[in-house]
Amino acid sequence: MFKKIMALVAVGVLATACGGGGETTADGGAPAASGGGDSTITMGFAQVGAESGWRTANTKSVQESAKAAGIDLKFSDAQQKQENQIKAIRSYIQQKVDVIAFSPVVESGWDTVLQEAKAANIPVILTDRAVDSADKTLYKTFLGSDFVEEGKKAGQWLVEQYASETGDVNIVELQGTTGSAPANDRKSGFAEVIGADPKFKVIASQSGDFTRAKGKEVMDAFLKAHPDIDVLYAHNDDMGLGAIEAIEGAGKVPGKDIKIITVDAVKDGMQALADGKINYIVECSPLLGPQLMDLAKKVLAGETVPDRVVTEETTFTQEQAKQALPTRQY
Amino acid sequence: MKRLAWPAGILVALLLVNLIFTDHFFQIEIKDGHLYGSLIDIFRFGAPLILVALGMTLVIATKGIDLSVGSVVAIAGAMACLQISTLPSQDSIGGVLGAIGIALGLAVALGVGNGFLVAIVGIQPIIATLILMVAGRGLAQLITDGQIITINSDPYKLIGGGYWLTLPFGIIIVAVVLALIAFVTRRLALGLLIESVGGNAEASRLSGIRSHGLLIVVYAFCALCAGIAGLMISSNVSSADGNNAGLWIELDAILAVVIGGTSLAGGRFSLGGTVLGALIIQTLTTTIYSLGVPPETTLLFKALVVTIVCLLQSPAFRAKVFRSRRKPAPPTVPAGEKVTVRT
Repeated sequence: MFKKIMALVAVGVLATACGGGGETTADGGAPAASGGGDSTITMGFAQVGAESGWRTANTKSVQESAKAAGIDLKFSDAQQKQENQIKAIRSYIQQKVDVIAFSPVVESGWDTVLQEAKAANIPVILTDRAVDSADKTLYKTFLGSDFVEEGKKAGQWLVEQYASETGDVNIVELQGTTGSAPANDRKSGFAEVIGADPKFKVIASQSGDFTRAKGKEVMDAFLKAHPDIDVLYAHNDDMGLGAIEAIEGAGKVPGKDIKIITVDAVKDGMQALADGKINYIVECSPLLGPQLMDLAKKVLAGETVPDRVVTEETTFTQEQAKQALPTRQY
Repeated sequence: MKRLAWPAGILVALLLVNLIFTDHFFQIEIKDGHLYGSLIDIFRFGAPLILVALGMTLVIATKGIDLSVGSVVAIAGAMACLQISTLPSQDSIGGVLGAIGIALGLAVALGVGNGFLVAIVGIQPIIATLILMVAGRGLAQLITDGQIITINSDPYKLIGGGYWLTLPFGIIIVAVVLALIAFVTRRLALGLLIESVGGNAEASRLSGIRSHGLLIVVYAFCALCAGIAGLMISSNVSSADGNNAGLWIELDAILAVVIGGTSLAGGRFSLGGTVLGALIIQTLTTTIYSLGVPPETTLLFKALVVTIVCLLQSPAFRAKVFRSRRKPAPPTVPAGEKVTVRT
């Protein structure tokens, strides 16, 4: 309670100081508006960087939903470096923000800075990526996609599509970067579902490093070594897009001769899906901003939240892609 | 020529493995009016590596090294795709040529920068080019804004993904560049000058070779090769990826040069060996995909093969092994090869 009063006082001082000069505060004057009523929540968010369209959409989602929820957002971009992220979190602790949220660049090495946050009584929410820490009390909750579930969704679609098929279904798999959590989990989730029926055979599975160039190169080799591929399962859209070029180069029709399932649903992938070159995409949504703001409010209100919150995600067929494409944000 | 026997033998051995374990590996057919097959793939995907390795060969011959080629690959691809994406019509040949010119010009400028740091400022090559290796990745990301730029341009697509006279266009580019380098270094005096600078830069300068200018030219040429490779890589998938394009290609290129028999100590080089070295690396990659080596063990498998290749390449190792196996035979062949003087 004391902290909230202090925050109110600070906000009030800030509002008057700024009001005199006729300036607006960085977050568009939200503190001044709520100065009389309940206190405004200040959130420090330490982003990984801007390495992909997915991440940019993630950033935008967090920023927009913070504005919509009336939360004062302090945002920092770590440019894929852990030390930058630790610095940002330390500065948030010094600024006495109400809640800290961040997507850890790497899994390990967070204990010290998270201890500092805990000592300062600032709750921490992890987004998108988890940390590898034995002490689960260092953070309140982890909000992000369930990669195993994504793999399962891909497998379920395949099982339904080939329900009436009696012969073998030859599947090739393009894995993500070897050892990364999404690659491991998307592989195991998929394998779990299709493993129930022996007609589904994964005849080749190699890493395409989540890139288009590698996806194309590996698929080219697959096509030559295995002339009888029925289905391609790629762990992200980019590898699938590269593979489409390889399939076309081999004189086959992607989406017809070889059915393609991918994960992510970025704009280029959705376009290929709408064009009929991909058959099914399992969404891995970066738009977790609204859920994050919701969680932050609950945590600050003292409500208990589950340790693990899964991002709300869907799947897309070709028809759904055509409808969703015009409003696709990333 | 004898020096090329070992890399060539290794390449043949790798191909033999595929002959035994992979069906249809040697099958080449005509599909959609162009050649199609695993062997063609090796050339197609190996073309950028061959180019980068050729540029690297000349740099290494001057006793230098260029770690920045991977970043230059990313920058050139990013710059070309960015320019093309702003064209009113992405299929306009003039516009695409302009974009290629800007991208390659930028690559050469970066190479001149490397050469300046090495030759004029006197920074050690590994440090001088490390600067661009790190900064260049950032520059590529700056150009692409951290996103993947997707383009849809048929003329640009030709460079890395197209075919001409049934052959992959990339191979034709490599053949032209190789012929050009071979001509100026082996028919003209340039090769001798480069080897001389690599052998002893100061002695070369005192004997009247303008070693500073030569070094700058060599680094600029290496960056140009990397730039062309960058165009190929981005053109092959019609998109520029500042984060991943050409990642670690500098290491593959150095490996190709070394497998090919060029000494890292400078002073001599083998273009044919480098081409063979690059082909060995690409064949190994394709073999791994075709054989179905599990991704978890891919790196280990590669390391084992490379270790064997390097051991076989080492005259000292060969001398030992062959002496112990065939005691009566004197080790004249390796020893003789060691002192062979190139003309």
